[in-house]
Amino acid sequence: MNTNISPKVQPLDASQIPAARPSKFKLALRELWRAPLSAKFGILVVCGYIFIAIFAPWLTHYGESEIVGGPFEEWGKKFLLGTDNLGRDMFTRLLYGARNTIGIAFVTTCLAFLIGGISGILAAILGGWPDQIMSRVVDILMAIPSLIFSLLLLTIFGTSIPVLVIIIAVLDSTRVFRLARAVSLNVVVMDYVEAARLRGEGLAWITLREVLPNIMPPLVAEFGLRFCFVFLTIAALSFLGLGIQPPTADWGSMVRDNATLISYGDITPLLPAGAIALLTVGVNFIVDWFLHKTSGLKDGQ
Amino acid sequence: MASNTSNAANNDVLLEIRGLRIDGMRDEKWHEIVKGIDLTLHRGEVLGLIGESGAGKSTLGIAAMGYVKPGCRFSGGSITFDGIDMIAASEEKKQALRGMRIAYVAQSAAASFNPAHKLIEQFAEIPLQHQKSNKAEAYADAKDLYGKLLLPDPNRIGFRYPHQVSGGQLQRAMTAMAMSCRPDLIIFDEPTTALDVTTQIEVLMTMKDIVEKFNTAAIYITHDLAVVAQMADRIMVLRYGELVEEAPTRIMLANPKQDYTKSLWAVRSFRKTPALNLGQNDNQPIISVQNVTAAYGSLDILHEISFNLYRGQTVSVVGESGSGKSTTARVITGLLPARLGEVLFQGQALPKDYRQRSKDQLRQVQMIYQMADTAINPRQRIRDIIGRPLSFYLGMNAKQCEERTRELLDMIELKPDQFIDRFPSELSGGQKQRICIARALAAEPTCIICDEVTSALDQLVAEGILRLLDRLQRELNLAYMFITHDLATVKAISDDVVVMLKGRIVEQGSKDDIFSPPYPEYTEKLLSSVPQMDPDWMRNLLAKRS
Amino acid sequence: MLSILRLTLQRLGLGVLVLFVVSLIIFLGVELLPGDLCQAIQGQSATESTVAACRKDLGLDQSAPTRYVHWLQGIVKGDFGKSLANGRQISELISVRLQNTFFLAIVAAVIAVPLSLTLGILAALYRNSWFDRTINVFTLSSISFPEFFVAYILILVFSVKLGWFPSLSDVSPDTPFFERLYKVFLPALTLTLVVMAHMMRMTRAAIINLMASPYIEMAKFKGLSRGRIILHHALPNAWAPIVNVVALNLAYLIVGVVIVEVVFVYPGLGQLIVDSVQKRDIPVVQACSIIFAATYVVLNLTADILSIATNPRLLHPR
Repeated sequence: MNTNISPKVQPLDASQIPAARPSKFKLALRELWRAPLSAKFGILVVCGYIFIAIFAPWLTHYGESEIVGGPFEEWGKKFLLGTDNLGRDMFTRLLYGARNTIGIAFVTTCLAFLIGGISGILAAILGGWPDQIMSRVVDILMAIPSLIFSLLLLTIFGTSIPVLVIIIAVLDSTRVFRLARAVSLNVVVMDYVEAARLRGEGLAWITLREVLPNIMPPLVAEFGLRFCFVFLTIAALSFLGLGIQPPTADWGSMVRDNATLISYGDITPLLPAGAIALLTVGVNFIVDWFLHKTSGLKDGQ
Repeated sequence: MASNTSNAANNDVLLEIRGLRIDGMRDEKWHEIVKGIDLTLHRGEVLGLIGESGAGKSTLGIAAMGYVKPGCRFSGGSITFDGIDMIAASEEKKQALRGMRIAYVAQSAAASFNPAHKLIEQFAEIPLQHQKSNKAEAYADAKDLYGKLLLPDPNRIGFRYPHQVSGGQLQRAMTAMAMSCRPDLIIFDEPTTALDVTTQIEVLMTMKDIVEKFNTAAIYITHDLAVVAQMADRIMVLRYGELVEEAPTRIMLANPKQDYTKSLWAVRSFRKTPALNLGQNDNQPIISVQNVTAAYGSLDILHEISFNLYRGQTVSVVGESGSGKSTTARVITGLLPARLGEVLFQGQALPKDYRQRSKDQLRQVQMIYQMADTAINPRQRIRDIIGRPLSFYLGMNAKQCEERTRELLDMIELKPDQFIDRFPSELSGGQKQRICIARALAAEPTCIICDEVTSALDQLVAEGILRLLDRLQRELNLAYMFITHDLATVKAISDDVVVMLKGRIVEQGSKDDIFSPPYPEYTEKLLSSVPQMDPDWMRNLLAKRS
Repeated sequence: MLSILRLTLQRLGLGVLVLFVVSLIIFLGVELLPGDLCQAIQGQSATESTVAACRKDLGLDQSAPTRYVHWLQGIVKGDFGKSLANGRQISELISVRLQNTFFLAIVAAVIAVPLSLTLGILAALYRNSWFDRTINVFTLSSISFPEFFVAYILILVFSVKLGWFPSLSDVSPDTPFFERLYKVFLPALTLTLVVMAHMMRMTRAAIINLMASPYIEMAKFKGLSRGRIILHHALPNAWAPIVNVVALNLAYLIVGVVIVEVVFVYPGLGQLIVDSVQKRDIPVVQACSIIFAATYVVLNLTADILSIATNPRLLHPR
C-alpha cells in the first residue's frame, strides 16, 4: 500500500545525496546526547559499576574476606557501612562483590551467546534435520523451568564457580538460540543470502558476512536482557546458598548472610540487593532505548 | 471555519480541498507529505489520483475522511465535505459521517476484514451503527449488493468468514460493505493492486458498475495508468506531495501537458532492439530446459517444462502468480532440484542441486531479483557487493577488484567515485537494482535470470532498467530469461515468449507469434485482461465478453 | 472443528512426550554423578560394605533402565521413593507442601492477573500518555529487581516498621483459611509485584500489536464507536495473545515461588527443594523438579491449546 508516512524522495541524480557522512563516533555521540533521561541514567550507572569492578582494590584498604572487626558493627568512620555477620567490612565486600558478581554474570552471558548464538544461526542457515534436532533439544530444555533445572544440576555436580557458569550458560543459551534462530530466519530468506549460496559461498562466509552483521542489533539488545537475567539468576542462587560460595564476596549471599538485620530495621542487607537492582535497572533502560532506536516501535517483551 | 465561497456558489460540489498540507513524522522531525493540494469533487464524479509511491495520494485520499494516520498531522488548508469542515469537526461528527456518507475500500481486503466475524456481520454493523436500518433489512440489502457485485451464491456467501473466500471476492465484498449506507463518496485505495490481472478485470468491472448504478462519487487511488483510465472521469497526477497536472481523463490521455506526465505515458513505448536472427536451428542453446517436472514435497508444481535460451536473446516467461514461473528459475539455478528432466548448459547436463555444481557452472548463470532491497546485503558497501564475485570467481586481488568494480559501475551508468563506498541504504530503488545488475555482470556470466526485476520499481525507473539491460545484452551477447507477470514488459523486452499456467507451458514461440492471433484460450484471456490506456477499453471488453 | 480437535490432540500428545523426556532427563542427570549416589552420600566415610548395603537398599544394583521404569511407575502412582536425609516417604513430605505452594501461587495469581491485564490494556489504549510512561518506567524497574529485594523491602515496611503483617509465613495444615490468607499476604504481594511487571508489558505489547491491524483501522473508517471497536473487533482476536501472556506468567510465578518461600520461611515445595539441594538429598530434588516441570509444561500446554481453540481461522475452516 502506498501509505508511507514519509515520502521516499528518490533522486535520480546522485549529487543530491550528501557525499560526506559524519564519522561513526560523532554520530554515536550525537545519539547519546539526544537519548532520553532514563537511558543516560542507565549509561551512567553501568559506567559507574564497571569503574568500581575494575578499581575495587584501590577504593578500600581492607581485604575482600579479611575479618577486621566484630560481627554486625554499626555504620561509622572505621567501617563505612558496618561489618557483616563474620566481622568483615561491608563496604569492601560490596566493592569486591561488583567485581565477582558482575564478572561471573558477564562471562556466563558471553558463553551463553557463543553457544546459543552460533547454533541458532547455523540452525537457521542449514534448515532441515540439523535445525529440527537442535530446535527439539532446545524445546525440551526449555520445558523445564531453568531455576529448577539448575538446582537439580547443582545438586548433581556440586556448587563451584565453573560448574555454575557452565550450567547457567547452557540453560540460558536456549533462549539465545531461539532468538538467534528467529532473527536469522528472517535474514536467511533474503535474496542476498540466496545469491551468496548460488555464488557457491561456504557456510563460514554466509554465517559471518551475510547473516551475522544483519542480526547484530537484536542480538546486542538481547545480550543486555540476558545479562540481566543471568545476573539475577546467579544472585538468586547465591541468595539460596547455592551459587557463588564463601568466602568470595557476592551480593546475593551477602543479603542472605545479613538478612537477620532486617528484623531490627537495619537496611544494610538491602544494600547489596539494591546494588543488583540498580544495575539491572540501568541495563534495562539502555536496552529499552536501544530497541526503540533500532526497531522503531518494538514495545515491551 | 466559514463555509467556502465556491461551495456556496456551486451546490454540485461534494468535496472541496484547499491548500491542504499534511506532515509526517520521520526521524523525530516533521516532514511535509502533502504540500498544499487543491481538489474539487462533484457529486457522482469519479476522480483518479495517480502517482508513484511517496506521491502522497493515499494520505490525501484518507484525509477526505478527516483522518490522518498515526504519526501524521494536518498542518494547513481546509477540507470541506458537503459544507462540513472535516478538519475542525469533532470526533463524534466525523464518526457519524464515516461509513454513512464517506466509505473506504482498502488495498488488502484480506487484512482489512476482521478474521473473527462473518462477512455479512461486518457489512451489517455499519447500517446498524448509524441507525439506518435494522438487522433484517441490512442482511437483505447485503445479499442484494453481493448479487449486484456478481459474487457467487449471493444469498449464502455473506455467512462465510473472510479467510474462506478468495481475494477477488473479498475485494468485492468490501466494495459491497462500503456501499451499505449508500454513501455519497467512496475512496478506493489501490483496491486491485494485490490481485492478478484476470481477477483484477472482474473486480474493476463490478466496481465501476456499482458506482455508476448508485451515482456515487469516488476517489480512485492507483499507480496504474491504464486502470485509472477505465475508472475515472477526471485524473489528477501527483508527485512528491504536489499536484503535477489535472484534466478530464480523455484529454489527459490524449494530450498530457507536463513533462512528468508525458514521461509516465511514454514508458510503454519502449521496445527492445530485436536480436539478430542467428538461425536458431543450427545454433546450440546456452540453456536448454528439457521435460522438467519439479515438486515441493510430494506435490508436483511444474509439469514437463521445456524451452531453450540462446545467446543474445531474451525469453520471457509470463504467467500469473502461482503459475510456476519463479519455480522454473529455481530449477535452473539448482535451488529446487528437478524431479524429472534435465537442464543442459551448452549441451551438457548441469547437476540438479546447486551444491553439486562447480564454481564455473555457478558463475555462468546469474540471477537478478525483484526486490533489489533484499537482494543486496544492507551491511556491505557497494565495493564489497560487486567486488566479491570478482575475487571469488575470478581470483582478482584488491587492486584488480577496485579497477573492475569501477568499470562495472561505469557500465551501469553510476559514477564510481560517488558510489563505490556507499551502503545500499544510501541508494534509490533504481540504483539498487543497477547494483544487482553490476554484481551479476561481475561474474562474467553467459546467462542472466531476471525475476520480475522491474515490478517493484516506478515506471520511469523501470524503463531505465529495461534500456540498460537491453544495451548490456547487445554489448555482451548475454542470454536473458525474463520472468514477469506484466505483459507490457514482455512486449518491450522479449524475443521469445513462454506462457505458463498452473505449472504448465500453455504456449511458447516468438514474440510476434504470441502477440498475434489466433491465441490459445488462456493467452487470449490473459492478453485481453491487461488494461489498456483506452478509456473505452473495459466497456468494449465487457460488451465483447457478454 | 475437526482440525481443532486434531491439533489439540496433537499438542496433548506432544505434551505427554515432553513430560516423558523431562522425566528421562531428570533421571539420567543423576546417572552423570561421578561414582554413584551411594558414594556421593557417604563421601569420605564410605567403605566397600556400607556402599554395597546402600546400593542394595536404593536398588542401585539393578540396571538403569529397570530402575527408570520402576521410578516412573512409582511417580504415576504417586510414590516418589524415600528421602535420603531422613528416610521418610517423599510423597508424605511433598503433599502438604505442594498444597501450600499452590495456595500461595493462586493467591498471587488472583491479585496479579486481573490487575495487570487491566493496567496493560489501559496502557496500550492510552499509549504514550503520562499514564503509559509511568507504567513503563515502573515495570521496567520492577522487572529488574531480584525477588528477594522486593520481599525484604516489603518486610521492612509492612512488618518491621508498620507491624501490619508477619514476616514469617509459618502456616500449618490446621491454620484456618483467613489466618492463612493473612500470613501469605506478604509473600503473595511479592510474587504479584514481580510477575505483574512482565504481564503488563506483554499485555500492552499484544494489544498495541492488535490495535495496529488493518481491520481495526477499517473499523474506524466504518464509523464504528470506540466501544464497539474494542469489544467487537479487538477483543475476539485478543484472547489468544492474552491467554498466552497469562499462562506464561503463571509458569513464571510457579518458579518465582522458590525464592519467596525461602525469604518468608513458608513451608512450600520451593523451600523443600532448596533444603534438599543443600543436603544433596537427590531423590527429593528429583521429585520436586518433576513436579515443577510438570506444572510448567501443563501451563504452557494450556496456553497453546487455548490459543488454538480461539483462533477464528481454525474455528471456521474452509
